[in-house]
Amino acid sequence: MSQNTKNNTASSIITAMFRKQIFIPLAALLILALFNFIMDPSFFKITLGHNSNGDPLLSGNIISIIDYGSELAILAVGMTLVTAASRGQDISVGAAIAISGSVVLRVLCGTNSRPDELQAPIIVAFIISCFVAMACGAFNGVLVSVFKIQPMVATLILFTAGRSIAAWINNNELPVVTDSTFSVFGGYIPGIPIPTPFFIALACFVVIFLVLKFTTLGLYVQSVGINEETSRLNGLNPALIKFITYVILGLCVAVAGLIKVSRISSINYSVVAKDIEMDAILAVALGGNALGGGKFNISASILGAYVIQFLTTTLYKFQVQSDALPAYKAVVVILLVVLSAPIVREKIAALFRKLRPARAEQNG
Amino acid sequence: MQEKSLLEMRGIYKSFPGVKALRNVDFTLREGEIHALMGENGAGKSTLIKVLTGVHVKDGGDIFIKGHGGAVQIRSPQEAQNLGISTVYQEISLCPNLSVAENIFIGRGKGPAVNWREMNKKAGELLDSLGIAVKPNQQLASCSIAVQQMVAIARAVDMECSVLILDEPTSSLDESEVEKLFGLMRDLKKRGVGIIFVTHFLDQVYEVCDRITVLRDGQLVGEYEIEKLPRVQLVSKMLGKELDDMADIKNDIPQYDEARNKIVYEAENLCSSEGIKPFNFRIRKGEVNGFTGLLGSGRSECVRAIFGADKVTSGKVWVDGKQVKINKPIDAMKHGIAYLAEDRKRDGIVGDLSVRDNIILALQVKKGFFRPFSKAQATKFADEYIKLLDIKTASVNTPIKSLSGGNQQKVILGRWLLTHPNYLILDEPTRGIDVGTKVDIQKLVLKLASEGMSITFISSETDEMLRTCSRLLVMRDRKLVGELKGDQLTQNTIMNTIAGGEQK
Amino acid sequence: MKMNKLFAMAASMVLCSAVFAGCGTEGGSSSNSGKKSGDKLISVGIINNDPNESGYRTANVNDLKATFTKENGYDAQFAYSLKNEEQINYAQKYIQDEVDYLLLSAADTAGWDSVLKDAKDAGVKVILFDRTIDADESLYEASIVSDMNKEGETAVEWLKNQNLTSYDIIHLQGVMGSAAQKGRSGALTDTASKLNWNIVVEQTAEWNAEKAQQIVQSAIDSNQKFNVIYAENDDMAKGAVAALDRANISHGVGKDVIVMGFDCNKWALQELKAGNWNYDGQCNPFQSSYIVDIIKKLENGETLPQKTIIMDEKGFDASTITDADVEQYGI
Repeated sequence: MSQNTKNNTASSIITAMFRKQIFIPLAALLILALFNFIMDPSFFKITLGHNSNGDPLLSGNIISIIDYGSELAILAVGMTLVTAASRGQDISVGAAIAISGSVVLRVLCGTNSRPDELQAPIIVAFIISCFVAMACGAFNGVLVSVFKIQPMVATLILFTAGRSIAAWINNNELPVVTDSTFSVFGGYIPGIPIPTPFFIALACFVVIFLVLKFTTLGLYVQSVGINEETSRLNGLNPALIKFITYVILGLCVAVAGLIKVSRISSINYSVVAKDIEMDAILAVALGGNALGGGKFNISASILGAYVIQFLTTTLYKFQVQSDALPAYKAVVVILLVVLSAPIVREKIAALFRKLRPARAEQNG
Repeated sequence: MQEKSLLEMRGIYKSFPGVKALRNVDFTLREGEIHALMGENGAGKSTLIKVLTGVHVKDGGDIFIKGHGGAVQIRSPQEAQNLGISTVYQEISLCPNLSVAENIFIGRGKGPAVNWREMNKKAGELLDSLGIAVKPNQQLASCSIAVQQMVAIARAVDMECSVLILDEPTSSLDESEVEKLFGLMRDLKKRGVGIIFVTHFLDQVYEVCDRITVLRDGQLVGEYEIEKLPRVQLVSKMLGKELDDMADIKNDIPQYDEARNKIVYEAENLCSSEGIKPFNFRIRKGEVNGFTGLLGSGRSECVRAIFGADKVTSGKVWVDGKQVKINKPIDAMKHGIAYLAEDRKRDGIVGDLSVRDNIILALQVKKGFFRPFSKAQATKFADEYIKLLDIKTASVNTPIKSLSGGNQQKVILGRWLLTHPNYLILDEPTRGIDVGTKVDIQKLVLKLASEGMSITFISSETDEMLRTCSRLLVMRDRKLVGELKGDQLTQNTIMNTIAGGEQK
Repeated sequence: MKMNKLFAMAASMVLCSAVFAGCGTEGGSSSNSGKKSGDKLISVGIINNDPNESGYRTANVNDLKATFTKENGYDAQFAYSLKNEEQINYAQKYIQDEVDYLLLSAADTAGWDSVLKDAKDAGVKVILFDRTIDADESLYEASIVSDMNKEGETAVEWLKNQNLTSYDIIHLQGVMGSAAQKGRSGALTDTASKLNWNIVVEQTAEWNAEKAQQIVQSAIDSNQKFNVIYAENDDMAKGAVAALDRANISHGVGKDVIVMGFDCNKWALQELKAGNWNYDGQCNPFQSSYIVDIIKKLENGETLPQKTIIMDEKGFDASTITDADVEQYGI
């Protein structure tokens, strides 16, 4: 009897685990980690070295993942909220990053595209870019919430025009910042061996968790995403809430844009953050969030973003033939998404139930 | 299998995580009978039907169907259909943008080509034979809900079903439409079709049914011939106790003293964008009044205007004697008004959210964006109202959509009670829910009123309103046409007022 | 509701047009062109790719704009698009305007036959620049192109002449299948197999600096030994260098790793001048002088010796580059 009870609890824990939303990205992460561990345990090696300025820094694949995954993870936060509230995705984030990055450089470099010293403090440039990126978000937000245009269609406008606007902001010049303090945001703070983007991302996560804890944003966003009319009758303003999520995404875009331009101290309008919108949407999906809106789990999305970066780094590490790279990524993505489909999860959970205590049924 | 049985279900078991939905349930349907399946919400009616239609797969037991020797397995809706089992749901599951004929034949063509002429002709014949007055080429969305339902039935008939399941088909129909539907059902019965009829309307059960099977708490209570089971007994079997409550309530019409209490809410020439004529309205502390009228008479629109749910176009409003503006729901909520909307699914529940979140939603919005309740506080509130309203849910974390209709309604009621309103508007709070819950809600309304809450109550069932309201406002053609109180509150006067002057 | 949608559409149209005004058809003032008697201006219609496409394109557009001016005797109209169909529409418009010359940098190689036949019938002379198309040679007067293969060969030849004791190369490719990628990859792949050079990593970074940085980072993290970075454009070389700096691997003239890039961005040439990089191959965006030369010859009734004209393209070595080179060739 006690044996059966034990089996029952074990199977119910497994079943419950399968139902948990964060299970999917977590499982994906573990599978990738396991794969790398079996293929080459040195994948996880982290070494302390020095850069060419003599500052200490850590290096290794894991460091690369938390470094290069930062922008995507930050975007995934905003994209999750947008998806939940407006039941659609913003596909203009890549273009918006080009715009906000371009603004940063424009402010820093002034009219001369290759100044010897910064024309404005970095914080000023960043704040201005925040406003611009939030304005882009607000533009999308108004189209979606007030004019009720489908999110993908509404954001298609900025998606198409964004990179041209970015180039226009700098008169088609390619500004280059030579000041080394600017490269801190995409590199290292002298003396601290962990990449700055990771800290920036961490700060973003902390901020969003505080916001979710100390405001009712989470409840409102989910409520609006699930049933707009009910939300309205309960005193909410659905249009305003959708609008806010787009502005928050705009803020995420500004932060991601700062990191992107800081990494290379320059910008290439046509390739910066290219296709990042698709990866951000994928991160949301990998996190087990319904792309049709409603309930969300930000931690799962963030984990999803790092899973994508883990996958990219793994593929680089094993030097997957370059032009086949997207195909490999697609296969893995299909597997993960299929695995995350509720119907498949139910099946797996049922399988576990069957495998475990076939006798428990009779006793119960 | 017995001689005349079409369908036999023996010892059916079905459980969901945490709930045993069906335990050892038997059910028999005979040829050419209309069989009512009765039970409170959560008794297992829906589960039994879903097992039969292949939506859920049973955990144990056997199903026999005439013409298919031995026990059959039903693993999908498709298999159920192939066995001759058809279902017409409360929510019509047809395609509103296609024509009637297309809806009847959709998904059943034998080749890629469609012979429109032939299809329309066949549909016309079918509809004629069933006495359904609709043209085959008419777009379904332009038909009344009753006709849409009959089209769904026609589709089932044409698919040569021997078992037809009607799940709450009458809840959105008016009386004449219900009569038409019953005519159709009797006609099918003559053809030998077995009909399983699920409804909450006792009158209707006694009007058309031959036999009743009662379920309670996932178990079979019994199967009865209709003549041998008086109403009171049916209700008591469904509830599992002898029931005097109904009688109690009837004698408990509150004697409300008009002038004694202060006016809580008053509106003058209130009008909304939904096409109602401007109306005057007031309610006093502790008063229960109601809007009555036929479907579409504008009774819901009136209360929506009071709550600011529709765009308010004109009128003056006083709350507690002070003139205020109520343009949107949040304004009304801030003035202590709560509104339980008519369409629970569309305007009431937030399906994927937990019972807890659904309960605290309105109060949370009222409290403000920067002052969220802690999880512990929210759970405390939820537990309080789950207990108070006797909501049956596995836990506060259960998504509301997995609750039965009556329990969903109680959650929404709990949500508004949590805001401690001075004035509560209930628009059809008892629609589509079981007798027991109905009585509970009526009793609750009277209790709240005695504690000083003002309540406006709307119901399609006049006797329900007679039981609770001390004053009735009668609507006709989107206009307030009369006010009844005291001795005037009888079925007859109400009918006459609704029908208007031409009624002699 | 419907009104709202209409309004939204109008609003977005306004936005779009505002955006594209900056990069759409220009030269509205000269749209009344065409042949005017007694006016010696030569009318040209120039169809190019979007100037925002790359630094190369920006330089290319600026060069053309600076050359085809009224002062130089031209009445020029410009149209930009990255889409073939739009470019064809512009071409038809210019043919209707009866321009003397149609200058074309096609977005796509296919689909130009019929419109070029129209041009020929209307007496409009077509000169292709920067990109060739799949059409009969008789349909155009001349084609001025970069030879991407030659760019690659020049670079690989330079690398060969460094006489390293071993060649361990990280090869960062552009977007796979593009003409520049094919030409620049081809030369390296051939030579490497002939001379047994070791290609340590061969990956596409899709012209993207940051991807290049990740690829090189990954090579460093897995302890790959290399002494050459062959990046098919400057951005990717820059990304690679960022990774090297992080790992404290020295690069440039006389250092551990040789860095090679392409396109001759001004900032890249400055890196070269400072000795941080070793080589940069030119992809010449300055076609206007060649075009002007051809137009002059055609106006004088001369015949051209050959249809396809390949531009001179240089490769710069860090040890020999001068400030004048940086100014003149940097884009």
